[in-house]
Amino acid sequence: MWVSKLRYETVIGLEVHVELKTKAKLWCGCSTQFGAEPNTQVCPVCLGLPGGLPVLNRKAVELALTTGLALNCVLTADCRFDRKHYFYPDLPKGYQITQFYHPIGREGWLEVEFADGPRRVRIKEIHLEEEAGRTYHLPAGQDGGAASLLDYNRSGIPLLEIVTAPELSSPAEARLFLEELKAVLECLEVSDAKMEEGSFRCDANLSVRRPGEALGKRVELKNLNSFRALEAALAYEEERQRELLAQGEPLRHEEVRAWDEEKGITVYMREKERVADYRYFPEPEVPPLAIPAAWVQTLRRRLPELPMEKRRRYLEVYQLAAADAALLSRRKAEAAFFEATLRYYRGSAQNVANWILGELTRIMKEAKQSVADLRFSAEDLAALLQLQDQKVISGKIAKAVLEEMFRTGNKPAAIIEEHGWQQISDPGTIKTLVRETLAANPAAVEDYLGGKEKAFAFFVGDVMRKSKGRVNPELLNTILRAELGNYTAAGHSGGQGGHEAG
Amino acid sequence: MVIGKMDVGALRKALDRREISAVELTTYYLDRIAQLDPELNAFITVPRAEALRMAAAADRRIAAQEGVTALTGIPVAIKDNICTAGIRTTCGSRLLADFIPIYDATVVAKLKQAGAVLLGKTNLDEFAMGSATQYSFYGPTRNPWDRDRVAGGSSGGSAVAVAAGMAPLALGTDTGGSIRQPAAFCGVWGLKPTYGRVSRYGLVPYAPSFDQIGPLARNARDLFLLFRALAGHDPLDPTSLPAPAETGGDLSGSIRGLRVGLPREFFGAGLDAELKERVLTVAQVLAEAGCVLVELSLPSVAYALPAYYLLAYAEASSSMARYDGVRFGNRSGAEQGIVGMMTATRQGFGPEVKRRVLLGTYFLSADCYEEYYRPAQKVRAWLRQDFAAAYRRCDLLLTPTTAAPAFRFADEAGDERALALTEQCTVAANLTGDPALSFPCGRINHLPVGAQLIGPAGAEELLIRVAAVYAEKAPDDAMPEWTAPDVGEQIEV
Repeated sequence: MWVSKLRYETVIGLEVHVELKTKAKLWCGCSTQFGAEPNTQVCPVCLGLPGGLPVLNRKAVELALTTGLALNCVLTADCRFDRKHYFYPDLPKGYQITQFYHPIGREGWLEVEFADGPRRVRIKEIHLEEEAGRTYHLPAGQDGGAASLLDYNRSGIPLLEIVTAPELSSPAEARLFLEELKAVLECLEVSDAKMEEGSFRCDANLSVRRPGEALGKRVELKNLNSFRALEAALAYEEERQRELLAQGEPLRHEEVRAWDEEKGITVYMREKERVADYRYFPEPEVPPLAIPAAWVQTLRRRLPELPMEKRRRYLEVYQLAAADAALLSRRKAEAAFFEATLRYYRGSAQNVANWILGELTRIMKEAKQSVADLRFSAEDLAALLQLQDQKVISGKIAKAVLEEMFRTGNKPAAIIEEHGWQQISDPGTIKTLVRETLAANPAAVEDYLGGKEKAFAFFVGDVMRKSKGRVNPELLNTILRAELGNYTAAGHSGGQGGHEAG
Repeated sequence: MVIGKMDVGALRKALDRREISAVELTTYYLDRIAQLDPELNAFITVPRAEALRMAAAADRRIAAQEGVTALTGIPVAIKDNICTAGIRTTCGSRLLADFIPIYDATVVAKLKQAGAVLLGKTNLDEFAMGSATQYSFYGPTRNPWDRDRVAGGSSGGSAVAVAAGMAPLALGTDTGGSIRQPAAFCGVWGLKPTYGRVSRYGLVPYAPSFDQIGPLARNARDLFLLFRALAGHDPLDPTSLPAPAETGGDLSGSIRGLRVGLPREFFGAGLDAELKERVLTVAQVLAEAGCVLVELSLPSVAYALPAYYLLAYAEASSSMARYDGVRFGNRSGAEQGIVGMMTATRQGFGPEVKRRVLLGTYFLSADCYEEYYRPAQKVRAWLRQDFAAAYRRCDLLLTPTTAAPAFRFADEAGDERALALTEQCTVAANLTGDPALSFPCGRINHLPVGAQLIGPAGAEELLIRVAAVYAEKAPDDAMPEWTAPDVGEQIEV
């Protein structure tokens, strides 16, 4: 039976809700700051008190338009809103102001690098709407019966819903798409896009079918609070539906299921057979906002380089390794630091990428800091790498210098100077150190001459210890070999002056 | 000095000359309310102490001669669907019996700033849904000219307050004629301004694409004075119009040469014959004053009423969605869980609100939207075009305000058709958004009737100016007494 299951196709579509990064809410001047005391960022408008009126925040429209441009959407000529009616305590007006008849953007696409190469995923539409408040259900406890608490701080925060066509064919693809989308939104700076704070949320629709057949009944998955949860829930659901199909019991109704993180399963919530009638009609209190071509052109000009474009450039111009190009292109601040460093640095771009994605990322993560917190400049990093390239310091020392730069913000040259960390590259000095070591360890020299290669490492270690790691390792190797060669050539005549004898 | 006979201009002079104080003036009106209102029921809430405090503050302003405006110390009655911070705002509904707003509507804030005294909150059909002020949870308002008859509505309380001399000025709201029709029934002046000319911020919505706040008064000057105090751009109202470059004249311009249109659709079958005569007399007087009469046709008007019902009820069903008992107002069935509570709470609406919410919900349902809502929107667009075309042939339109004088309480239920005819005269201006004015044009037997002037957007001053010319030249018996008869003795001060 499992063999036949392999022939099933999985079809996934995503609905992503993104809180737009505006200072004020969509219809009033209340703050959108996350984490405030409940019901402290509210007014007659976002509380839905009788007589409150919605005044459109143009900044939210601008962020939605910017997103639409980045997602290659056809933008609406005038921004209109509709009312969507349903009753719920955290929906203060009894309706949500959204865009049903005229979404702000339609027919877009986002290119994503999948396992089998890049592909465009179509975006059906993006539309602007308002957030509802939040309901907290308290179970019955010592204090009394069950209760519901309502916080309207979130009510009226601008939300952009992004709906994909059902074109993703596996849980992994869904995750890659969502990661790429998040990177785009972060790059545009239109949203914090934090899943953990709820400013970036995703519902997924999944169905399975035999190739060539019509789309099967789909299941809508909720409670996907992380990328991992999205992928795991989809994988579970995909397997569950394949199993059902294989048993000849395909889904009869569309349904909504919730991901249970702890149990690792999806749980039935409700049937979607009866489509709710939301009684949409044009919002009578918000006049249409004309979107002049000049406004769109200005926003288009301001569009930053998007992650996918950046990745291409990193591959073509800098010849970065594919994985590094992908990683760096999605981290806007790191990418900017990378390019800034390259303006001062004459070595390989890959070396800079290695340092930023490797050592620097590690240090920042440990200190829970980001590029914005760095106390040294890209020019400083370039100088550090230059010093390493010029063999003024070794790679090991360079790491120590970077830690110091991170801690103090001091220039690399000053740090090296202060600690006396310059690399010893003078052959004469190295030769002296080598001879001291060989002279002090005649037994080891005997071993080496007797064929024990291990002794060589011992000599290197000893010299390094004496010099606190500052000796140029390549030079040390060469000189050490030469000195030991002298011993061989001169027979067992002793260390000193051996080379003169040669 | 008989306060009841003085217009706002005369009151202003008396206040400024310190012949009377604002406290005395307010006390006079409060006493008159106490005397008359138990029977007329024009007021839902009279915050006596609050009114006197505001009057005392106005007296201090007048004494200091600081920031005195035309309205400083003048009492104003306010329809009870306009939010007043700290004073309960019931909308005539049981659901909001204990609702005390935390903020002032923009118009209320403007009146307070001008130093006016908030005299009380006037009765209305629940959430302004009705044409007779008989669907109020707080009981019907009676017509001071005949207590067996309705005051009109939904701003019946405001019209009666002015007509019975319980307030010199009042605010009403007009969604389908709710200022003009009761003004006509009660023999006072009432103006529905251009949509967007007066801020709706703080007006509890019934059908927000139609609703408009406007003034009621006893004569042209008082009406214009209050209108000017209310009008202006408000950034809190997204449908507020930009401020006009010029605030508008002073009612003194000539009306000679103005073209007054008489649209025949407003003078057809169903119109009371005597009322028709009265309105044609108005036309005659205006012609004698130099206006040019233009007969014309507005075919879209035949479809105005069904379009209005469809769109207004649809919006009403949406406007009423927020009354779920969660955040404010009365809450019922709290023990029945969230759905049970919302259901029980919404049972508290009166029958007319329920009817409109049900119909509006039906009109907006997915199956009906294309069949009802869309065509109604098209009719609305057609009306706008039709009226715009008419304004190329004339400067304003003259029509009756209603098809007949105020009806008896018992009549209404049995004569929906008469009511529909009544609304037919007024709803067109709400669909187009144009300003429209009702002013008294005589009496039929003992009942006042009104004529209506409709003009293009921003024509408020012109409408009032033209009606004022008529009022001046009208035959003696055409204009009502300063107030309805038999409404208490006049106190000499």
